[in-house]
Amino acid sequence: MAKPKPRIRVPKSASKGEVIEIKTLISHPMESGQRKDRKTGEVIPRKIINSFACAYNGKEVFKADFHPAISANPYMSFFVKAEESGEFEFTWIDDDGTTYSKTSKITVN
Amino acid sequence: MTDQTRATGWTRRHFIITVGAASAAAAGLASLPGRAWSADDAKTAEEEIKRLTGGKELADGADVISLDLPQIAENGNTVPLEISVESPMTDDDHVTAVHLVADGNPRPGVASFHFTPANGRAQASTRMRLAKTQNVIAIAEMSDGKAYMTQAEVKVTIGGCGG
Repeated sequence: MAKPKPRIRVPKSASKGEVIEIKTLISHPMESGQRKDRKTGEVIPRKIINSFACAYNGKEVFKADFHPAISANPYMSFFVKAEESGEFEFTWIDDDGTTYSKTSKITVN
Repeated sequence: MTDQTRATGWTRRHFIITVGAASAAAAGLASLPGRAWSADDAKTAEEEIKRLTGGKELADGADVISLDLPQIAENGNTVPLEISVESPMTDDDHVTAVHLVADGNPRPGVASFHFTPANGRAQASTRMRLAKTQNVIAIAEMSDGKAYMTQAEVKVTIGGCGG
């Protein structure tokens, strides 16, 4: 399997107090644990991204728990109120314990 | 298998699904020892809602929660969903969580979103799998302890749980 690749879309700048939209996506098959291998008939083990979180200057502002019903390449969009310049950090956690992360800087005027 | 005792009064179809799901769960447990009890163990929407909310009373949320879903989904593998909850999102009055449950999926749990006042707006979008035509239930939990529920039906042309 190709290494999951996170992608994010965050405005580079915002005015103070502005509510900005953040869009995220990570390439991942989100194997549900419900599918069977067509040849062997064996259930393909579950392997999904089970958690996503966004921290704004080190403070967690949004978190999501995902179950197998979330589509492959999980997409997540949400909002954050821009209060100060700094950094967003996004973290995805895989069932196997691997974490993937990406950061983005924002300037707040 | 403890699930069999709970299967009393269930239809044959339910029973087959349950046993299948249980063996899938067993396979999952084998590879992930020590996993906490999770949505994977809930077999019905009722069970899942109880697990998520602790059985608290759910008020009608039709005027509070806006659940935006297609009426007809041609491809159940990727059904877009947008949820938004009316709330000022202040420290004193905000949405703490939104839970999504699909009552016709083999595992009803879909996702939970945890909001903070820093979000400014209680709105989020994702894409989900629906195995067949069914109701999608949204539950919003508020900072004052109240909880609301609403639901919407999605007609699914081609189911999306693979097999």
